[in-house]
Amino acid sequence: MKTFSIILVMLFSSIGHAIDNGPAFTNETLQLRYEKIIAEVRCLVCQNQSIKSSNVFLAVDLRNEIKRLLSIGKTDKEIANYLVERYGEFVLYRPRFSGGRIFLWLAPAAFLLAGFFMIVNIVRKRTLLLPTQNND
Amino acid sequence: MKKKYLPIIVFVIMLPIFFIGLSRNKSELPSPLIGKVSPSFVLPSLINPSVIIDQTNLKGRFVLFNVWATWCAGCREEHEFLMNLSARNEIAIIGLNWRDNRDDALNWLDTLGNPYEMTAEDKQGRTAIDWGVYGAPETFLINPQGVIIYKHLGPLTERDWTMYFKPFLSINSI
Repeated sequence: MKTFSIILVMLFSSIGHAIDNGPAFTNETLQLRYEKIIAEVRCLVCQNQSIKSSNVFLAVDLRNEIKRLLSIGKTDKEIANYLVERYGEFVLYRPRFSGGRIFLWLAPAAFLLAGFFMIVNIVRKRTLLLPTQNND
Repeated sequence: MKKKYLPIIVFVIMLPIFFIGLSRNKSELPSPLIGKVSPSFVLPSLINPSVIIDQTNLKGRFVLFNVWATWCAGCREEHEFLMNLSARNEIAIIGLNWRDNRDDALNWLDTLGNPYEMTAEDKQGRTAIDWGVYGAPETFLINPQGVIIYKHLGPLTERDWTMYFKPFLSINSI
């Protein structure tokens, strides 16, 4: 029984829970937007965590700041700009589709396309070779 | 056949890219504030809370804006150098006491000495967010126009000062 409960605790300990005491907003749409934003903002003190899952005071401060910005009616884009102006592009986990970052977004599609043409090329070359070999 | 050399060519191109990429210190992020006018703030003085400190205190001369706190080990490390620098009168040092306990901070300045011309108290950490601060100590160099021209992360040393800060002073004073 003891082992079982230990396993149970270990299994569920990885589930992240909100560090804030209760929801930040009573308004459900605001709360959802808030949760989405804080999950995508990097905690710069603990670089591989979002500010949603960190309890470092800077993360707490940034959560409060985002809460404040949301409550005065700022859009998600304005909040992202606000953070980038202060901490740089690195603060956002999801690179924005503008400037040099367009390359980041388009590169996978470009590589896929290049690979596709390479396969087409190889297949075409082989089909050209096959009939002559068969006729021999 | 030229095709045979293609992987080697690609390798030679990638090598310096990886070399630069991997040797960079990832925890040191470039500040987007460099080249911009310093963010505005209005804060009480740590020593005398009835005195208000704002960004106009940073203008008219070169200023070193140093973010510190008593909970920060790196700040303790650089304190001796800051004392040294302030004694030399090379530059005005203004402090930002970040998210600290006031009594601890006053005690710190009493026992270790006060290198700051003035220290603003940022109890809530709002000003620190506006300045893009994410780890103390951080030190900004501000020119007489109030523009941030350099930012240093971590404890400041004599070497950092002469290598990275001083050159700006001599260029801009001509």
